Amino acid sequence: MGNEEKQQSEISKGKYRVVGTRPIRPDGVDKVTGRATFGADFKPADMIYGRVVRSPHAHAVIKSINIEKALKVPGVKAIVTGKDFPDIGPGDIAAGEVVVSFYDMARNVIARDKVLYDGHAVAAVAATSPEAAAQAADLVEVEYKVLKPVMSARDAMAAGAPLLHDDMITQGVTPAPEKPSNVAHRHELKLGDIEAGFAEADEIIELEFNTQTVHQGYIEPHACVASMNADGVANVWCSSQGQFMVRAYTAKLCGLEISKVKVIPAEIGGGFGGKTVVYLEPLAVMLAKKAGRPVKMVMTRDEVLRATGPTSGGFGRCKLGAKKDGTITAADVELTYEAGAFAGSPVALGCMTGTASYDLANMRAVGWDVVVNRPKAAAYRAPGAPVAAFVVESTIDAMADKLGLDPLEMRLKNAAKEGTKAPYGPRFPRIGFVECLEAAKAHPHWTAPLGPNQGRGIAAGFWFNIGLSSSAAIALNEDGTVIVTEGNPDIGGSRASMAMMAAEVLGVEYERVKPLVADTESVPYSDLTGGSRVTFATGMAVTQAAQDLVKQLRERAAKIWDVDPDQVEWRDGQAVAIETDKHKPLSIADIGRMAGKTGGPLSGKANINAQGAGAGFGVHICDVEVDPETGYVSVKRYTAIQDVGTAIHPSYVEGQLQGGAAQGIGWALNEEYIYDKDGRMQNTGFLDYRMPVASDLPMIDTVLVEVPNPTHPFGVRGVGEVPIVPPLAAVANAVSHAIGKRCTDLPLSPPRLLAKIQGKG
Amino acid sequence: MAKVVLPLDAARAFANGEQHLDVDAADVRKLIQALDERYPGIGQRLRTRTAVAIDGEIFQEPYLQTIKPNSEVFFLPAIEGG
Repeated sequence: MGNEEKQQSEISKGKYRVVGTRPIRPDGVDKVTGRATFGADFKPADMIYGRVVRSPHAHAVIKSINIEKALKVPGVKAIVTGKDFPDIGPGDIAAGEVVVSFYDMARNVIARDKVLYDGHAVAAVAATSPEAAAQAADLVEVEYKVLKPVMSARDAMAAGAPLLHDDMITQGVTPAPEKPSNVAHRHELKLGDIEAGFAEADEIIELEFNTQTVHQGYIEPHACVASMNADGVANVWCSSQGQFMVRAYTAKLCGLEISKVKVIPAEIGGGFGGKTVVYLEPLAVMLAKKAGRPVKMVMTRDEVLRATGPTSGGFGRCKLGAKKDGTITAADVELTYEAGAFAGSPVALGCMTGTASYDLANMRAVGWDVVVNRPKAAAYRAPGAPVAAFVVESTIDAMADKLGLDPLEMRLKNAAKEGTKAPYGPRFPRIGFVECLEAAKAHPHWTAPLGPNQGRGIAAGFWFNIGLSSSAAIALNEDGTVIVTEGNPDIGGSRASMAMMAAEVLGVEYERVKPLVADTESVPYSDLTGGSRVTFATGMAVTQAAQDLVKQLRERAAKIWDVDPDQVEWRDGQAVAIETDKHKPLSIADIGRMAGKTGGPLSGKANINAQGAGAGFGVHICDVEVDPETGYVSVKRYTAIQDVGTAIHPSYVEGQLQGGAAQGIGWALNEEYIYDKDGRMQNTGFLDYRMPVASDLPMIDTVLVEVPNPTHPFGVRGVGEVPIVPPLAAVANAVSHAIGKRCTDLPLSPPRLLAKIQGKG
Repeated sequence: MAKVVLPLDAARAFANGEQHLDVDAADVRKLIQALDERYPGIGQRLRTRTAVAIDGEIFQEPYLQTIKPNSEVFFLPAIEGG
């Protein structure tokens, strides 16, 4: 059944007029006809072209940088190195969604004394043509003292390993180590008594796992244009997951006041967490300042893969104890994630999420955050959770196999529910994990027959979801149409969702609401588009702004009728006088037309820090077929089931589930960074960095389980992160069942799997 | 008094390993002040790198959130997203 044919979801049917329907997204036509303006499309007058000079070494000291020859290239207007940027001291600073070390961020954007990965920026040039910029970049002379790189967490943790940072003392260890190492942080969570839990177990399984660095794989490379006005105000046009994030980070790194940076958001061609940081923007601003002209910078795919945030590879271990009936008595999980060149892998979140789907009395999770000579890890959908789920869900699957139990029933037996203590401490409010498992059990996929060389896997996933700060304003036009202004780039159809929630509250048609993603000077602060927060938090702000406007509409109607505002109700887009039939209802257009006469223009607003983002859970079922002669895995059938709270626009919610599943399948089967012995990345294009394309995948079926979040006016839960959590384990469990051997190393690419089948891996 | 649970590493670094504490405080700001008076230095640690769960609800930027006398309060690693 096609999306357009699907009915309004059960939860919204009869309850809402607009929420739960599937209108066309406001930005859709421009995007499918190529008219939408992305980061690389903006061309101000007098613009010149920037290019980054990148390190060919994975680990080296910068002895000197000579720009003399480069400056002589005709058309070169400016060159910057780390010395052109202000010094920023060490220390973590809270910056909206995350705690940031601007010291590290500054050195990631442009190296100062050391380069720490292949592709690390060391200088940037700007010239009147891309060719001149490229020629000048080649002539920037950097003298390096090459150091031995450490490319894996195991190597980095080994005794005597070369140090990336001479001052890195492991945090989270008491007493603090006296000597520096490559281990940035140790995290630990525990509940109950795991030794007592293992003593109760009838069976104990312990497995070790390995995963590789993978990239978010957004189609649109990083791109921006920056100009510097004569009055010292920087303008930045760019594609990102948050114009306010770009403003804050760029201002800090360039030594500017926040009011001196204006960021105008472009359309975004995918982010998935990878555009929650800055790379080019500070370079472009400093080049524009030096050159006195606008500077455009656009990364190549090679640069994107070598120098922008992947997510962590690493290794893990899970020891699980269970009774014969499947009751898990203890879980002991250890995760080691590669942070890349600077501290800050998402391993703490891995520890918090790995066992969160289950009601465990006894658990411990230990995480190690380790720096290596790879690009600094950035957020990627549900940061840290997919690898943790791979480790835990694979071990649960192995335990079910060992006990001869149905893996779905074993999960149901241990499932987290309202009141369950999460591994990170607090008890869950109303959640829908059991409902997801029941939906999986009832789905025909779960009991469909399998063919030769085929296997079926199931896995679950959890993500917290978050709220944070969001702002929205709704202006009423003279003809009764409205403009919804918000501060979050639209990655997954959020313009449509915002317009739908506004239309629902105002009682107007969806088509009469125009959503607008505004620049940093046109709407108050909003945290970035990430953490599955926008439909929840910004949707809450839009709803409250619409309610504010409705209140004013009632007051204006009361003025027109000369009655008390309490005598006016808002019904189906009209002001209605109650307890009298003397007044004909006034539509929103009627009141809009009379706004000037009744007090001036009308607008509603809300600036909030949204609380109560409901936790999300999902269950995925995967069927694969393995070619025993080549090790090639084809995904034959895939079903993603998730508690989505209330689906505002079901098509876009389904799209989130399908997209997350596709990315997770790629992570499981093919994606990995390949380096040579010197730490240079070898697969810097999509031909060699193998992401799944449409022809690799079956239609991914989705089931939206709707357990409304009681804290949101429409019951919304974030949906964007959960769907990438289960696939790694769902695929690996399916392949394990197909070949009859437990698969613990990702990706399950043909060479690796063939070796496994042949008993060599 | 509220039942307060510190992150394990913070408890070990600042609170002699005491992870579970009883603290009388009306909101998160006052709770952190009280903890900092009891364990000097822990306030900065808790202000910059943690979220707080109060009776099951997670607050990403905790400050003025009300704490009831019988509340269960957990300090958690800050949660980001992609």
